[in-house]
Amino acid sequence: MSTELPEPASVVKLAPGVGGGGEIPKFDITLRVRRYDPEVSEEASWEDFKLTMYGTDRILDALHKVKWEHDGSLSFRRSCAHGVCGSDAMRINGRNRLACKTLLKDLDTSKPITVEAIKGLPVEKDLIVDMEPFFQSYREVMPFLVAKGHEPSKERYQSVEDRERFDDTTKCILCAACTSSCPVFWTDGQYFGPAAIVNAHRFIFDSRDEAGDMRLEILNDKEGVWRCRTTFNCSEACPRGIQVTKAIAEVKQAILARSL
Amino acid sequence: MASTEFVAPRTGRIEPQYNRMRNRGGTFEMSAWLFMRLSGVILVVLIFGHLITNLLVGGGINDVDFGFVAGKWADPFWQFWDLAMLWLAMLHGTNGLRTIINDYAEKTRTRMWLKTVLYICTAVIIILGTLVIFTFDPCIPGSTLEVCN
Repeated sequence: MSTELPEPASVVKLAPGVGGGGEIPKFDITLRVRRYDPEVSEEASWEDFKLTMYGTDRILDALHKVKWEHDGSLSFRRSCAHGVCGSDAMRINGRNRLACKTLLKDLDTSKPITVEAIKGLPVEKDLIVDMEPFFQSYREVMPFLVAKGHEPSKERYQSVEDRERFDDTTKCILCAACTSSCPVFWTDGQYFGPAAIVNAHRFIFDSRDEAGDMRLEILNDKEGVWRCRTTFNCSEACPRGIQVTKAIAEVKQAILARSL
Repeated sequence: MASTEFVAPRTGRIEPQYNRMRNRGGTFEMSAWLFMRLSGVILVVLIFGHLITNLLVGGGINDVDFGFVAGKWADPFWQFWDLAMLWLAMLHGTNGLRTIINDYAEKTRTRMWLKTVLYICTAVIIILGTLVIFTFDPCIPGSTLEVCN
Protein backbone atom coordinates (compact mmCIF):
# COMPACT_ATOMS: atom_id res chain seq x y z
CA MET A 1 0.00 0.00 0.00
CA SER A 2 1.42 3.32 -0.91
CA THR A 3 0.21 6.63 0.33
CA GLU A 4 1.22 9.80 -1.42
CA LEU A 5 2.07 12.53 1.02
CA PRO A 6 0.52 15.89 0.28
CA GLU A 7 2.92 18.72 -0.59
CA PRO A 8 3.52 21.12 2.31
CA ALA A 9 1.80 24.46 2.10
CA SER A 10 5.12 26.30 2.04
CA VAL A 11 6.25 24.79 -1.25
CA VAL A 12 7.05 27.33 -3.96
CA LYS A 13 6.66 26.31 -7.58
CA LEU A 14 9.38 27.75 -9.80
CA ALA A 15 8.91 28.47 -13.47
CA PRO A 16 10.90 26.10 -15.71
CA GLY A 17 14.47 27.31 -16.27
CA VAL A 18 14.63 29.36 -13.08
CA GLY A 19 17.24 28.41 -10.51
CA GLY A 20 18.63 25.63 -12.65
CA GLY A 21 22.26 24.52 -12.59
CA GLY A 22 22.91 25.45 -16.19
CA GLU A 23 23.64 29.10 -15.46
CA ILE A 24 26.73 28.54 -13.34
CA PRO A 25 29.80 29.85 -15.15
CA LYS A 26 32.41 27.31 -16.12
CA PHE A 27 36.12 28.03 -16.44
CA ASP A 28 39.46 26.28 -16.89
CA ILE A 29 42.09 26.47 -14.18
CA THR A 30 45.58 25.19 -13.63
CA LEU A 31 46.03 23.80 -10.14
CA ARG A 32 49.72 23.69 -9.22
CA VAL A 33 50.16 21.34 -6.25
CA ARG A 34 53.31 20.84 -4.21
CA ARG A 35 53.79 17.07 -4.23
CA TYR A 36 55.93 15.17 -1.75
CA ASP A 37 56.12 11.43 -1.28
CA PRO A 38 59.02 10.19 0.84
CA GLU A 39 58.53 6.68 -0.56
CA VAL A 40 59.32 7.93 -4.06
CA SER A 41 61.69 10.86 -3.56
CA GLU A 42 63.08 13.02 -0.78
CA GLU A 43 62.53 16.06 -3.01
CA ALA A 44 59.21 17.86 -3.22
CA SER A 45 58.09 19.09 -6.64
CA TRP A 46 55.26 21.02 -8.28
CA GLU A 47 52.70 19.22 -10.39
CA ASP A 48 50.16 20.95 -12.63
CA PHE A 49 46.60 19.77 -13.16
CA LYS A 50 44.36 21.30 -15.84
CA LEU A 51 40.76 21.24 -14.65
CA THR A 52 37.40 22.55 -15.75
CA MET A 53 35.63 23.95 -12.71
CA TYR A 54 32.44 25.84 -11.92
CA GLY A 55 31.85 29.24 -10.32
CA THR A 56 30.50 27.59 -7.18
CA ASP A 57 33.57 25.40 -6.67
CA ARG A 58 36.19 25.80 -3.99
CA ILE A 59 39.84 24.75 -3.86
CA LEU A 60 38.68 21.64 -2.01
CA ASP A 61 36.43 20.70 -4.96
CA ALA A 62 39.38 21.09 -7.30
CA LEU A 63 41.50 18.85 -5.05
CA HIS A 64 38.68 16.28 -4.97
CA LYS A 65 38.46 16.39 -8.75
CA VAL A 66 42.19 15.70 -8.98
CA LYS A 67 42.08 12.90 -6.43
CA TRP A 68 38.93 11.24 -7.76
CA GLU A 69 39.44 11.68 -11.49
CA HIS A 70 43.14 12.31 -12.22
CA ASP A 71 45.56 11.09 -9.59
CA GLY A 72 44.35 9.06 -6.64
CA SER A 73 47.71 9.33 -4.88
CA LEU A 74 47.19 13.00 -4.03
CA SER A 75 46.92 13.25 -0.24
CA PHE A 76 45.27 15.95 1.84
CA ARG A 77 43.20 16.21 5.00
CA ARG A 78 39.60 17.28 5.10
CA SER A 79 36.69 16.28 7.27
CA CYS A 80 33.62 18.46 7.37
CA ALA A 81 34.40 20.45 4.21
CA HIS A 82 32.46 23.41 5.57
CA GLY A 83 35.00 25.48 7.50
CA VAL A 84 34.29 24.07 10.94
CA CYS A 85 36.64 21.15 11.57
CA GLY A 86 39.86 22.95 10.60
CA SER A 87 41.43 19.97 8.81
CA ASP A 88 42.21 21.50 5.42
CA ALA A 89 44.36 24.53 6.14
CA MET A 90 46.88 24.92 3.32
CA ARG A 91 48.97 27.55 1.58
CA ILE A 92 46.93 28.77 -1.39
CA ASN A 93 48.69 31.26 -3.65
CA GLY A 94 51.17 31.85 -0.83
CA ARG A 95 48.53 32.55 1.83
CA ASN A 96 47.22 30.24 4.52
CA ARG A 97 43.58 29.49 3.82
CA LEU A 98 41.05 26.72 4.38
CA ALA A 99 40.61 24.89 1.06
CA CYS A 100 36.91 24.50 1.83
CA LYS A 101 36.35 28.25 2.29
CA THR A 102 38.33 29.52 -0.70
CA LEU A 103 36.18 29.93 -3.82
CA LEU A 104 38.01 29.53 -7.12
CA LYS A 105 36.17 32.53 -8.60
CA ASP A 106 37.78 34.78 -5.96
CA LEU A 107 41.27 33.83 -7.17
CA ASP A 108 43.05 34.86 -10.35
CA THR A 109 42.18 31.89 -12.59
CA SER A 110 44.27 33.20 -15.50
CA LYS A 111 47.40 32.11 -13.64
CA PRO A 112 48.16 28.73 -12.06
CA ILE A 113 46.78 28.48 -8.53
CA THR A 114 49.47 27.18 -6.19
CA VAL A 115 48.52 24.84 -3.36
CA GLU A 116 51.09 23.60 -0.87
CA ALA A 117 51.28 22.29 2.67
CA ILE A 118 51.36 24.78 5.54
CA LYS A 119 54.88 25.85 6.46
CA GLY A 120 56.94 25.22 9.58
CA LEU A 121 55.66 21.72 10.37
CA PRO A 122 57.20 18.50 9.01
CA VAL A 123 55.49 17.41 5.79
CA GLU A 124 54.38 13.78 5.79
CA LYS A 125 52.93 13.52 2.32
CA ASP A 126 51.74 16.10 -0.24
CA LEU A 127 49.51 18.50 1.75
CA ILE A 128 49.58 16.57 5.02
CA VAL A 129 51.84 17.79 7.80
CA ASP A 130 52.63 16.38 11.22
CA MET A 131 50.46 18.47 13.54
CA GLU A 132 51.92 17.01 16.73
CA PRO A 133 54.29 19.94 17.55
CA PHE A 134 51.32 22.28 17.09
CA PHE A 135 49.11 20.30 19.48
CA GLN A 136 52.00 19.91 21.92
CA SER A 137 52.09 23.70 22.37
CA TYR A 138 48.29 23.75 22.60
CA ARG A 139 48.33 21.17 25.40
CA GLU A 140 51.01 23.08 27.30
CA VAL A 141 48.76 26.10 27.89
CA MET A 142 46.14 23.90 29.60
CA PRO A 143 43.18 24.63 27.33
CA PHE A 144 40.51 23.52 29.79
CA LEU A 145 38.53 25.05 32.63
CA VAL A 146 40.31 24.91 35.97
CA ALA A 147 38.10 25.69 38.96
CA LYS A 148 38.66 24.92 42.61
CA GLY A 149 36.18 23.75 45.17
CA HIS A 150 33.17 21.47 44.92
CA GLU A 151 31.45 20.77 41.67
CA PRO A 152 28.59 23.23 41.47
CA SER A 153 25.09 21.82 41.62
CA LYS A 154 23.96 24.26 38.94
CA GLU A 155 25.46 26.17 36.01
CA ARG A 156 28.47 28.40 36.55
CA TYR A 157 26.89 31.76 35.90
CA GLN A 158 28.66 34.47 33.96
CA SER A 159 27.55 37.94 33.01
CA VAL A 160 27.16 38.91 29.37
CA GLU A 161 30.06 41.36 29.75
CA ASP A 162 32.35 38.70 31.25
CA ARG A 163 31.49 36.32 28.43
CA GLU A 164 32.10 39.05 25.84
CA ARG A 165 35.64 39.55 27.17
CA PHE A 166 36.97 36.37 25.52
CA ASP A 167 34.31 35.82 22.88
CA ASP A 168 36.69 36.35 19.95
CA THR A 169 39.12 33.63 21.02
CA THR A 170 36.40 31.00 21.51
CA LYS A 171 36.06 30.82 17.73
CA CYS A 172 39.36 28.95 17.19
CA ILE A 173 39.07 25.67 15.23
CA LEU A 174 42.74 24.66 15.63
CA CYS A 175 43.44 24.58 11.90
CA ALA A 176 47.02 25.87 12.44
CA ALA A 177 46.68 28.49 9.69
CA CYS A 178 47.91 31.19 12.11
CA THR A 179 50.81 29.32 13.68
CA SER A 180 52.10 28.11 10.31
CA SER A 181 51.90 31.64 8.87
CA CYS A 182 54.13 33.05 11.62
CA PRO A 183 57.72 33.82 10.51
CA VAL A 184 58.96 33.37 14.08
CA PHE A 185 57.48 29.87 14.18
CA TRP A 186 59.11 29.05 10.80
CA THR A 187 62.58 29.69 12.25
CA ASP A 188 62.90 26.75 14.61
CA GLY A 189 59.42 25.71 15.72
CA GLN A 190 60.20 26.60 19.32
CA TYR A 191 57.76 29.51 19.64
CA PHE A 192 54.43 28.57 21.28
CA GLY A 193 52.68 30.09 18.28
CA PRO A 194 49.55 32.21 17.91
CA ALA A 195 47.06 29.33 18.22
CA ALA A 196 48.31 28.23 21.63
CA ILE A 197 48.24 31.84 22.87
CA VAL A 198 44.72 32.37 21.50
CA ASN A 199 43.51 29.28 23.36
CA ALA A 200 45.27 30.39 26.53
CA HIS A 201 43.60 33.81 26.12
CA ARG A 202 40.21 32.09 25.97
CA PHE A 203 40.71 30.81 29.56
CA ILE A 204 42.91 33.56 31.01
CA PHE A 205 40.10 36.08 30.48
CA ASP A 206 37.30 33.71 31.51
CA SER A 207 35.90 34.90 34.85
CA ARG A 208 35.04 31.30 35.86
CA ASP A 209 38.59 30.03 35.41
CA GLU A 210 41.13 30.11 38.24
CA ALA A 211 44.36 29.05 36.55
CA GLY A 212 44.97 32.28 34.63
CA ASP A 213 48.11 32.97 36.62
CA MET A 214 49.55 29.59 35.78
CA ARG A 215 48.91 30.11 32.06
CA LEU A 216 50.46 33.58 32.16
CA GLU A 217 53.51 32.07 33.81
CA ILE A 218 53.74 29.45 31.06
CA LEU A 219 53.51 32.10 28.33
CA ASN A 220 56.08 34.34 30.06
CA ASP A 221 58.58 31.80 28.72
CA LYS A 222 61.54 32.66 26.47
CA GLU A 223 59.50 31.12 23.64
CA GLY A 224 56.22 32.63 24.82
CA VAL A 225 54.38 35.82 23.95
CA TRP A 226 57.54 37.97 23.92
CA ARG A 227 58.67 36.33 20.69
CA CYS A 228 55.69 37.86 18.89
CA ARG A 229 56.87 40.55 16.47
CA THR A 230 53.34 41.76 15.64
CA THR A 231 53.66 41.05 11.91
CA PHE A 232 49.90 40.36 11.80
CA ASN A 233 50.36 37.30 9.53
CA CYS A 234 48.26 35.30 12.00
CA SER A 235 45.33 37.76 12.02
CA GLU A 236 45.42 37.81 8.21
CA ALA A 237 45.48 34.02 7.98
CA CYS A 238 42.75 33.17 10.50
CA PRO A 239 39.75 31.69 8.65
CA ARG A 240 37.50 32.57 11.60
CA GLY A 241 38.50 36.22 11.62
CA ILE A 242 39.93 36.09 15.13
CA GLN A 243 41.98 39.19 15.99
CA VAL A 244 44.94 36.99 16.87
CA THR A 245 47.60 39.68 17.19
CA LYS A 246 45.28 41.67 19.45
CA ALA A 247 44.73 38.62 21.66
CA ILE A 248 48.50 38.12 21.95
CA ALA A 249 48.92 41.80 22.89
CA GLU A 250 46.27 41.39 25.61
CA VAL A 251 48.12 38.41 27.06
CA LYS A 252 51.37 40.44 27.01
CA GLN A 253 49.63 43.22 28.93
CA ALA A 254 48.17 40.76 31.43
CA ILE A 255 51.62 39.29 32.12
CA LEU A 256 53.05 42.78 32.50
CA ALA A 257 50.25 43.94 34.82
CA ARG A 258 50.69 40.83 36.96
CA SER A 259 54.46 41.34 37.27
CA LEU A 260 54.45 45.05 38.10
CA MET B 1 57.21 -16.00 12.82
CA ALA B 2 57.78 -12.62 11.32
CA SER B 3 56.30 -9.77 13.23
CA THR B 4 55.35 -6.42 11.87
CA GLU B 5 55.47 -3.52 14.19
CA PHE B 6 53.38 -0.46 13.58
CA VAL B 7 54.27 2.78 15.25
CA ALA B 8 51.10 4.32 16.57
CA PRO B 9 50.43 7.42 14.53
CA ARG B 10 50.81 10.73 16.33
CA THR B 11 50.44 9.67 19.93
CA GLY B 12 52.87 11.73 21.90
CA ARG B 13 55.41 11.14 19.12
CA ILE B 14 57.06 14.45 18.32
CA GLU B 15 60.00 15.40 16.10
CA PRO B 16 62.84 16.06 18.59
CA GLN B 17 63.72 19.50 17.19
CA TYR B 18 60.28 20.75 18.21
CA ASN B 19 60.72 19.88 21.86
CA ARG B 20 60.91 23.05 23.86
CA MET B 21 63.64 23.36 26.47
CA ARG B 22 61.88 23.57 29.82
CA ASN B 23 63.43 26.67 31.06
CA ARG B 24 64.33 28.59 34.05
CA GLY B 25 61.44 31.04 33.66
CA GLY B 26 62.59 34.44 34.77
CA THR B 27 61.39 37.76 33.48
CA PHE B 28 64.28 38.69 31.18
CA GLU B 29 62.26 38.56 27.95
CA MET B 30 59.50 40.63 29.50
CA SER B 31 61.99 43.21 30.80
CA ALA B 32 63.62 43.38 27.38
CA TRP B 33 60.25 43.90 25.74
CA LEU B 34 59.35 46.63 28.20
CA PHE B 35 62.77 48.27 27.87
CA MET B 36 62.34 48.50 24.08
CA ARG B 37 59.09 50.45 24.46
CA LEU B 38 60.30 52.79 27.20
CA SER B 39 63.72 53.48 25.69
CA GLY B 40 62.05 54.05 22.32
CA VAL B 41 59.83 56.79 23.73
CA ILE B 42 62.72 58.45 25.61
CA LEU B 43 64.98 58.23 22.55
CA VAL B 44 62.45 60.11 20.42
CA VAL B 45 62.72 63.05 22.84
CA LEU B 46 66.51 62.80 23.21
CA ILE B 47 67.25 62.47 19.49
CA PHE B 48 64.93 65.25 18.37
CA GLY B 49 66.33 67.49 21.14
CA HIS B 50 69.81 66.66 19.87
CA LEU B 51 68.92 67.37 16.25
CA ILE B 52 67.19 70.66 17.06
CA THR B 53 70.00 72.07 19.22
CA ASN B 54 72.72 70.97 16.83
CA LEU B 55 71.20 71.55 13.42
CA LEU B 56 68.30 73.99 13.66
CA VAL B 57 69.11 76.54 16.36
CA GLY B 58 71.58 79.28 15.55
CA GLY B 59 73.81 78.77 12.53
CA GLY B 60 72.73 75.17 12.15
CA ILE B 61 75.18 72.66 10.78
CA ASN B 62 77.75 75.34 9.91
CA ASP B 63 78.31 76.02 13.62
CA VAL B 64 79.17 72.43 14.49
CA ASP B 65 82.90 72.20 15.05
CA PHE B 66 85.31 71.23 17.84
CA GLY B 67 84.52 74.37 19.78
CA PHE B 68 80.77 73.74 19.55
CA VAL B 69 81.12 70.25 21.00
CA ALA B 70 83.55 71.50 23.66
CA GLY B 71 81.07 74.21 24.63
CA LYS B 72 78.22 71.73 24.91
CA TRP B 73 80.17 69.25 27.02
CA ALA B 74 81.29 71.95 29.42
CA ASP B 75 77.68 71.79 30.63
CA PRO B 76 76.82 68.69 32.74
CA PHE B 77 73.26 68.87 31.36
CA TRP B 78 74.45 68.08 27.84
CA GLN B 79 76.96 65.55 29.15
CA PHE B 80 74.14 63.56 30.70
CA TRP B 81 71.87 64.14 27.70
CA ASP B 82 74.49 62.62 25.39
CA LEU B 83 75.31 59.88 27.89
CA ALA B 84 71.65 58.86 28.13
CA MET B 85 71.36 58.95 24.35
CA LEU B 86 74.46 56.78 23.94
CA TRP B 87 73.42 54.15 26.46
CA LEU B 88 69.77 53.96 25.47
CA ALA B 89 70.47 53.92 21.72
CA MET B 90 73.17 51.27 22.10
CA LEU B 91 71.11 49.01 24.35
CA HIS B 92 67.97 49.52 22.27
CA GLY B 93 69.85 48.67 19.09
CA THR B 94 71.65 45.73 20.66
CA ASN B 95 68.43 44.25 21.93
CA GLY B 96 66.87 44.71 18.50
CA LEU B 97 69.76 42.87 16.88
CA ARG B 98 69.59 40.19 19.57
CA THR B 99 65.96 39.46 18.68
CA ILE B 100 66.81 39.46 14.96
CA ILE B 101 69.59 36.93 15.62
CA ASN B 102 67.18 34.80 17.69
CA ASP B 103 64.60 34.95 14.91
CA TYR B 104 66.83 34.29 11.93
CA ALA B 105 69.65 32.04 13.17
CA GLU B 106 68.52 28.43 13.11
CA LYS B 107 71.25 26.72 15.09
CA THR B 108 71.98 27.31 18.76
CA ARG B 109 75.71 27.51 18.04
CA THR B 110 75.31 30.17 15.30
CA ARG B 111 73.12 32.16 17.64
CA MET B 112 75.68 31.99 20.41
CA TRP B 113 78.55 33.21 18.23
CA LEU B 114 76.62 36.02 16.60
CA LYS B 115 75.42 37.23 19.97
CA THR B 116 78.90 37.04 21.48
CA VAL B 117 80.25 39.28 18.70
CA LEU B 118 77.29 41.62 19.16
CA TYR B 119 77.78 41.95 22.93
CA ILE B 120 81.52 42.60 22.59
CA CYS B 121 80.91 45.37 20.02
CA THR B 122 78.24 46.92 22.25
CA ALA B 123 80.46 46.84 25.33
CA VAL B 124 83.39 48.44 23.47
CA ILE B 125 81.26 51.25 22.03
CA ILE B 126 79.48 52.00 25.31
CA ILE B 127 82.70 52.04 27.36
CA LEU B 128 84.60 54.16 24.82
CA GLY B 129 81.71 56.58 24.40
CA THR B 130 81.23 56.98 28.14
CA LEU B 131 84.95 57.60 28.63
CA VAL B 132 84.98 60.23 25.89
CA ILE B 133 82.03 62.10 27.39
CA PHE B 134 83.53 62.20 30.92
CA THR B 135 87.25 62.60 30.16
CA PHE B 136 86.81 65.07 27.34
CA ASP B 137 89.37 67.88 27.57
CA PRO B 138 88.70 70.87 25.33
CA CYS B 139 92.22 72.32 25.91
CA ILE B 140 94.24 70.70 23.17
CA PRO B 141 97.66 72.32 22.63
CA GLY B 142 97.30 75.67 20.88
CA SER B 143 93.65 75.98 21.81
CA THR B 144 92.14 79.45 21.54
CA LEU B 145 89.06 78.60 23.58
CA GLU B 146 88.28 80.98 26.47
CA VAL B 147 88.10 78.22 29.11
CA CYS B 148 91.68 77.21 28.41
CA ASN B 149 93.22 80.62 29.16
